[in-house]
Amino acid sequence: MTDNQEVKMRELLKQSLKPVNGGLGRDLWPQMFSRLQPHPVTMPWFDWALLAALVLCLCLMPSAIPVILYHL
Amino acid sequence: MEVLDQPAELLRNFACGNINAFETLFRDYQGEVFRWTVRIVRDRGIAEDLTIETFWRIHKAHARFDPKRGFGSWARRIATNAALDYLKTYRPTIDLPEDLPVQANPDSAVQRDIRDRTRTAFARLPAKLRVVAVLALVEEEPYKEIADALRISVGATKLRVFRALRLLRKDLKKQGIEP
Repeated sequence: MTDNQEVKMRELLKQSLKPVNGGLGRDLWPQMFSRLQPHPVTMPWFDWALLAALVLCLCLMPSAIPVILYHL
Repeated sequence: MEVLDQPAELLRNFACGNINAFETLFRDYQGEVFRWTVRIVRDRGIAEDLTIETFWRIHKAHARFDPKRGFGSWARRIATNAALDYLKTYRPTIDLPEDLPVQANPDSAVQRDIRDRTRTAFARLPAKLRVVAVLALVEEEPYKEIADALRISVGATKLRVFRALRLLRKDLKKQGIEP
């Protein structure tokens, strides 16, 4: 590729790509700060449902407790 | 990136994980990181998100930061990597620039078509070539700065620019455009 072709390609690219002017218009610290905060681990609803089903089963069939403990 | 004279104490505190030191550095460098990132991704909204992502990575890597070295060049490297990761995942949208002057001459439709095809061809380039091409050819950043941000040699940077130009030219030629 010759220098002339390179200059033409450069000009074409400059005309084609969206110009980006200006600096940052706002302070991003609040967003950064919220990202830095530790987020509490949330348990999905399905896990709660499984736990509730297990407790219900154990209440209805207490004899199953030793079996479950054996398998844990 | 603009060299801000940071006190050694501040950089040491940051390296030790002090959140106040991190906040000071964030406020000092967010503008510079944003300006660098927006030149690569060409979208202000995405550049803002990537600025946050860059500082998140900086925060996570604070223990690896050497206070004897400058914060600016380190931040720029991380920002370039974040932008590169973004470009690898998402192709830039091929929308028309809003602030390009409207031409009333009969060639304007042809010119617009050429610009559209160029943008499309540019979007098809591999991400690592796109970064180098946009910084070197459009933003006219010095090769040394680009090489430093990408942690490659100046020779490798020039080679990537050459490859980007060659691929772009080949793609445009296929579409019947001879730049």
